[in-house]
Amino acid sequence: MSLKYVTITTGFENYMPKDYVDLVRFGQFGKEYDIQELGTFKELVEEHPMCAGCFMAYFIRVFYASLPNPEDTIVIGTAGCARLALSQAAVPFIYGNYGDTNAVASGLKRALKIRFPDKEKDVVVVAGDGGLMDIGFGMTMHSWFRRENFTTIMVDNEVYGNTGGQESGMTRKGIQLKMAPKGKKFDKINAIELAKDAGCVYVARVAPTNPKRLAKTIKRAILAARHFGPTFIHAYTSCNIEYSIPTEKVLEDARMREKQDFSFVEWMTDEVKEYFEQIENTKKEEKQKV
Amino acid sequence: MKVLIGPEGYIPKAAAMEGVQLPSQPDKGLLYGEEVDEEVAMREAARALLTRQNPTIFPGPKILWGWSPSAFEQAEAILELAKEIPNCRIIPMPDYRPKYPKIDPEAEINPNHPNLTILHNKIEACIFVGVHCHYANLSLRMIRAGTNCFTIAICGELGHEEAHATIRDADGAKIRRFKDILIEEREKLGIKWEPKLPPPNPSLPKENWETISFHDYGEYAFLLLPKKGEIITDSE
Repeated sequence: MSLKYVTITTGFENYMPKDYVDLVRFGQFGKEYDIQELGTFKELVEEHPMCAGCFMAYFIRVFYASLPNPEDTIVIGTAGCARLALSQAAVPFIYGNYGDTNAVASGLKRALKIRFPDKEKDVVVVAGDGGLMDIGFGMTMHSWFRRENFTTIMVDNEVYGNTGGQESGMTRKGIQLKMAPKGKKFDKINAIELAKDAGCVYVARVAPTNPKRLAKTIKRAILAARHFGPTFIHAYTSCNIEYSIPTEKVLEDARMREKQDFSFVEWMTDEVKEYFEQIENTKKEEKQKV
Repeated sequence: MKVLIGPEGYIPKAAAMEGVQLPSQPDKGLLYGEEVDEEVAMREAARALLTRQNPTIFPGPKILWGWSPSAFEQAEAILELAKEIPNCRIIPMPDYRPKYPKIDPEAEINPNHPNLTILHNKIEACIFVGVHCHYANLSLRMIRAGTNCFTIAICGELGHEEAHATIRDADGAKIRRFKDILIEEREKLGIKWEPKLPPPNPSLPKENWETISFHDYGEYAFLLLPKKGEIITDSE
């Protein structure tokens, strides 16, 4: 939980696997990379057991590459596809019971504030639509009502993909799935409006078709959560298995959904807007000086 | 109950459930599940390291990462100990995350399937040091279940009932004391050995991150970051 944790003790550099030495020397710890440099630095997550063509795996890759301070971040996940890759990353990961991710994150963030009063420690929940909007709905909403300082990212694949294809609250109306043959009878939950009403200070909806915009959104959500209150990102991460999307059409599908009902939305309170303007102007000025 | 050298078979009962208790005093240790003076445990552990095949040290995150000054001190002491064990190897356990598809058993040990590293390298005596207690116990029981390895736990806390020999409250000084006892036992056994460091980690070199650029990915570069309007028709 600090750069000390990613310093190899004297004499053991020769005994560490090369992957770890590379993580320390060429990884993201203590450095800031642009998402467009992906592939030229050692990433926090590499091998993972997710399905070929999984768009959630791509989202998670960009998510880790976008963390502002990976050495001071804890990721919380739950049952679902995302945790398969999240748990293999070189960032501390906590597996919450199904539905209680935001309750765990609330306690963890408060404990970190007490333990490290002078340092910002980021807590990020990355869970699926089932974990956050169905089974974990109550705990998600109450963490927002309490204005807890952490980021919630919903990787929405619109189905319970791990268990064979049951419909979730985020499945679109009329969609038939393997375990829901009659088709969904209700509308998709409007998660971003719920988040706004529940007290989130930064809310975004994104189909990860544009990595630069996605990275900026993730960074903003984490920075806003540090100072102002809960933040929420609703990301479309299709399940190519349950929705039978051919691997090569996954990105095409995301672009299509972006045009249909997943257009990019970014909403924030005035104070958050002011904060971003301030830090982004400072960065621009620094760049101009250079 | 005696904690015997395995293989004990699939899912042996936890030693704690069989009545094995942790050493009661800082100067006590456990040997085959029974409380003995620390020195007795150290001598038996030293003999196992000197007489059994492929002795190996498995340092854990508390030794490998510089999270506190004590980590540096213990790391130095462990390297001093490794120099004195004939034909010793160091195989690290840098963290506890699950690895998929699988680990390289010559380069690292993972607490979720430690038996892979033990069996692959034919290790018959090993030291666990700097591994957080819950993961050490998990790994030690798995090793006892599936291998014939003699396990030694050098623990900074209260010790491990799952190990065949355990030393508790270990710090740099205690590790150095163990080293001195090992040298004495080595001389008693008449083994001649010049102190030298174990061979480095054999993990294969991968990408050269000092020179790599986006263009090195050649025709596959588009898989990293698709351009606007570009449709991927090819995949791995």
